[in-house]
Amino acid sequence: MGDKTMTAEEVVSRLASGMTLGIGGWGSRRKPMALVRALLRSGIGDLTVVSYGGPDVGMLAAAGRIRRLVTAFVTLDSVPLEPHYRAARERGGLELTEVDEGMFLSGLQAAAHRLPFLPVRAGAGSDVMRVNPQLRTVTSPYADGETLVAMPALRMDAALVHVNRADRLGNGQCLGPDPYFDDLFCEAADAAFVSCERIVDTAELTKEAPPQSLLLKRLAVTGVVEAPNGAHFTSCAPEYGRDEEFQRWYATTPWAEFAERFTGADEAAYGEAVRRWRKEREG
Amino acid sequence: MSTVGTAVTRAEYCVIACAEAWRGAGEVLASPMGLIPALGARLARLTFAPDLLLTDGEALLVRPDGTPEGWLPYRQHLALVAGGRRHVMMGASQLDRYGNQNISCIGDWSRPRRQLLGVRGAPLNTLNNATSYWVPRHSVRVFVERVDMVCGVGYDRAAALGDTARFHRIAGVVSDLGVFDFATPDHSMRLVSLHPGVSVEQVRAATGFPLAVPDEVPRTREPGAEELRLIRTVLDPEGARMREVPAEGARG
Repeated sequence: MGDKTMTAEEVVSRLASGMTLGIGGWGSRRKPMALVRALLRSGIGDLTVVSYGGPDVGMLAAAGRIRRLVTAFVTLDSVPLEPHYRAARERGGLELTEVDEGMFLSGLQAAAHRLPFLPVRAGAGSDVMRVNPQLRTVTSPYADGETLVAMPALRMDAALVHVNRADRLGNGQCLGPDPYFDDLFCEAADAAFVSCERIVDTAELTKEAPPQSLLLKRLAVTGVVEAPNGAHFTSCAPEYGRDEEFQRWYATTPWAEFAERFTGADEAAYGEAVRRWRKEREG
Repeated sequence: MSTVGTAVTRAEYCVIACAEAWRGAGEVLASPMGLIPALGARLARLTFAPDLLLTDGEALLVRPDGTPEGWLPYRQHLALVAGGRRHVMMGASQLDRYGNQNISCIGDWSRPRRQLLGVRGAPLNTLNNATSYWVPRHSVRVFVERVDMVCGVGYDRAAALGDTARFHRIAGVVSDLGVFDFATPDHSMRLVSLHPGVSVEQVRAATGFPLAVPDEVPRTREPGAEELRLIRTVLDPEGARMREVPAEGARG
């Protein structure tokens, strides 16, 4: 069994422009922000991003890295509308595949199950069908004869997720109340990279937490990155909540100014920049 | 603390009207979005709809005192919607006379004038479980002839789908001016009750399509003393409801 630990930079070195990239979490919750920051520091672009969108989408869109976005929403939760994503949409800065939250889930499940599609009721009758002319319907072969939406598999080249703990082999643990869809993202992708607050010995994973918290299986994980505070400024329950003050600043600051201050050399530089920012505010 | 003699505010009529959406709903999940619907759902749960389930807004099902009684992470929540044991009250940036709702964007979808949230779960909700809408500021900008992007499916769209839409039901709409439903022969929107102090003409002027109006329009019902006590001293002692719906007359 191989040691899968690597740095965020090594993760990014395995990604390439033009890829379809899944990003776990939900809105402004447990997003793999350290990996997104590494992506921002790289030259990688022309991406198709698959995400229940939050600041991950906002930052990549602001930096011009997204060619196409597949999503049901983009929000910062406590700030309902993601300003950088909005700006990108309003200037025609990216292509969009807009589907419903449930359709999105079915797309992940279809990909994880190696199915071409899954039938869903959601979407029928809505303008999701109008703005996605490639979507097809499927008719039940049984007596009901119902016509449903055939949600295509959302297969991805790579997935990026962030969890609380992982061992060096890629067994990933979620200690918060909601696993979101991170296991599905990993199973629906050809490669999956997991950042975590702390890498621990395998035995330690279940010392104080129940086995149900073991969200990610190593067979679906390619690389493990130890990234303390790696979801900042999104929440990572139970270890930290969203950094609301920093998020508000992100949401109200021109992207160029934000990027200059916070997309520095590496994650240590980011942490230092956040500390300096906080000191100025308190000062 | 005495609440006797204090006039009922517009925000409080709105809370009562939202609570009524869950009357008779039984043992289902109440999913309110927005502050006043959340107060309404909790009020209903504490009074006439004790079997309702409520969440903490995250992954837990909680009793009114906050005690967890179940686990409902987003993935199970989406499955629960498909199973139909739920009544959601969503917001609406635009709503048309047949109940088509938009929260995605304003203008041409391919390059919107104003990007909003996205369709979120509106297509899923409206085809699977009872859906109501809450509009804190009734205006012709919200109640439009045609929505720019159909997120929540209305009655005309549902009718065209046949069996696929067999679980579709828009229970009603509550705004700061009144209560509405779609119980007309062609399922177009109808005025059900006016909040005290609001006139039919005021509602017509703030609605961008012809509204069905019965000859006699009742007033939204008065809250009971216990309901007022719960709203004012238990559910919203800080008066946050007044920020969502300001006092009557303060509307600009």
